[in-house]
Amino acid sequence: MKEKSILLDHGSGGKLSHQLIAGTMLPAFDNSILSPLDDGAIFEMVGNRMAFSTDTYVVDPIFFPGGCIGDLAINGTVNDIAMCGATPFYLSVGLIIEEGFSIGELELILNEMKKAAQAARVQVVTGDTKVVPRGVADKIFINTSGIGVIIDGLTVSGSAAQPGDKVIVSGTIADHGMTILSQREGISFESNLLSDTAPLTHMVEQMASISKNIHVLRDPTRGGLATALNEIALSSHVGILMFEENIPIRPEVGGMCELLGFDPLYVANEGKLVAVVPSKDADSVLNAMVENPYGRDAKMIGEVVTGPPGQVFMQTRIGGTRIVDMLAGEQLPRIC
Amino acid sequence: MKHAGEYRNPEITHTILEKIRQASKKEVRLMEVCGSHTMSIFRNGIRQLLPDTITLLSGPGCPVCVTSQWEIDSFIALSQIENVIIATFGDLMRVPGTGTSLQKQKADGRDIRVVYSTFDAINIARKNPDKKVVFLGIGFETTAPTVAASILTAQKMGLDNYFVYSAHKLVPPMLFALMGDDKVCIDGFMLPGHVSVIIGVEAYRPFFNQFCIPSVVVGFEPADILYGVFLMIDQLEKNRPQLENAYRRAVTSQGNLKARNLLDKVFYVWDASWRGLGKISGSGLKIRNEFSAFDAQKVFSLNVSGSKEPEGCACGDVLRGYIAPPECVLYKKVCSPVSPVGPCMVSGEGTCAAYYRYHG
Repeated sequence: MKEKSILLDHGSGGKLSHQLIAGTMLPAFDNSILSPLDDGAIFEMVGNRMAFSTDTYVVDPIFFPGGCIGDLAINGTVNDIAMCGATPFYLSVGLIIEEGFSIGELELILNEMKKAAQAARVQVVTGDTKVVPRGVADKIFINTSGIGVIIDGLTVSGSAAQPGDKVIVSGTIADHGMTILSQREGISFESNLLSDTAPLTHMVEQMASISKNIHVLRDPTRGGLATALNEIALSSHVGILMFEENIPIRPEVGGMCELLGFDPLYVANEGKLVAVVPSKDADSVLNAMVENPYGRDAKMIGEVVTGPPGQVFMQTRIGGTRIVDMLAGEQLPRIC
Repeated sequence: MKHAGEYRNPEITHTILEKIRQASKKEVRLMEVCGSHTMSIFRNGIRQLLPDTITLLSGPGCPVCVTSQWEIDSFIALSQIENVIIATFGDLMRVPGTGTSLQKQKADGRDIRVVYSTFDAINIARKNPDKKVVFLGIGFETTAPTVAASILTAQKMGLDNYFVYSAHKLVPPMLFALMGDDKVCIDGFMLPGHVSVIIGVEAYRPFFNQFCIPSVVVGFEPADILYGVFLMIDQLEKNRPQLENAYRRAVTSQGNLKARNLLDKVFYVWDASWRGLGKISGSGLKIRNEFSAFDAQKVFSLNVSGSKEPEGCACGDVLRGYIAPPECVLYKKVCSPVSPVGPCMVSGEGTCAAYYRYHG
């Protein structure tokens, strides 16, 4: 059934987002660089292999435990470029600000952006600001684009997973989504949760220094770990088997998910990556990740199998098996 | 969570599974009538672990799924009234009414907000004194007391812009209706743990006395569910049906008296209509006259007619355990969680959605 108007689900990162991109965006722009639909575009330019990515941030609330819309916007695009196997260098920042927004808050956001850019060793080299009448936008929306250079010898793609590969996640899942949720009006949940927003570029460089055979890198943002793995399984025409007991999750996050009826596999992360690595290199890559401050809780969570292609399965703690599908509806709008 | 870990311990679940395998000889069909059981069974992959002799059926236990089409259409009609804010649990958003859904109404500009508790709805009412906030009260005995409490709170606070549409349903009368249906073929009932926390084990006694069918109150962790299955299998193999409580850490024989009193104070029992099951005597809760100022059905003049369930949708047959979701002609072909035809494909606790998501 084709929808007549845009629903929040179209922005979920799940199935409807994919339908919107495949049915509406790809026909308009289709080309060989865009069509793999990885986290960023990879192309040759004057002898260098480059990565280019863009993302827009509409998170609500704009300040949340562990971060704000500013560092989220820097880290998000930095990570999208890192997921191409690239080192990010330059970013653009576009601001859409609602009339009446506090300049003090804007300065706070810009300061967090500055700190995040320094931490990720990127420079903001161009920008744009638009102000819209009150009510036309909600406080502030930020677009960032970024460009980077592919790390020498590394070729990662969502379509490169091979049977026998191991699947590694860099730390506890669902922290960002549940933190945002705990701050929402209408939910009033007191917790000590923190968003995991963080730059992953150094971790990727450390991983690449250990192994140039990494097949896939992906940051499981909207749609969560389950959706990221489904995308990989679909693009690579393989199956993925996960082991429930290996999936790292903070007890307080798991508890909150249970209480509110969320499946943590579908909840957004903003400082985590999934790596698909050949079995022979998996242990050393995992060790390199654990050395990084943002990878301390990294775990091997599954393996790539021949099939059925495009499907993700999970062996449950008690030994049963179930399918882990892509996110079908919106779990929570304006998560990033 | 730490406490729950014991009930997810693979050693314990394997021991119970082994006992089930040894005990189970006859072919039996066991029904759970609680969406949380359905979810736990799927999420833990319990079906594949049980011997082939045991079939688990998912009954009418998902609050969204049993809400009648007329009620869904009434919710949508409420959202179209000027100055009304709808506060609802998220599951209702995507349920197709006759022609539209709350989600589509929201995209068209209606003020519809997802909340996680009635007190969040009360807060919205408090912060928006010039608007009328309607909370959509669906669910069973588990959620109804909190809705009753919200009405008493609103009364105490002097809030005159908070309303409830009560579409609450009761579990024991539904069990009578299921067993009274000749086509239904069930050998034992896994009774809902959360509901039973409120109503107590003895609330099922009249049902058990009439039908003499294994009836076990069960918790939600894998070990709880497997233990409940074991008790039912044991009863069936020994031909000694009983009403048992396998969730003693939470459920007592009389339930939560305070919550039950709340229900009595605010609601009265009436003959509610259930999707798939039709009208069931004494199976719903409506707001008492003394609280009619908070009753959305009385305050707003709704004129909903022409409600009809989606053509070809077999949600009703799924809810009664006549068929499993893959036997529905629409399943996966035109009905999926992205574009659901019936409510069982919408709700996170819906049987069709659970099959689709976890079973393939």
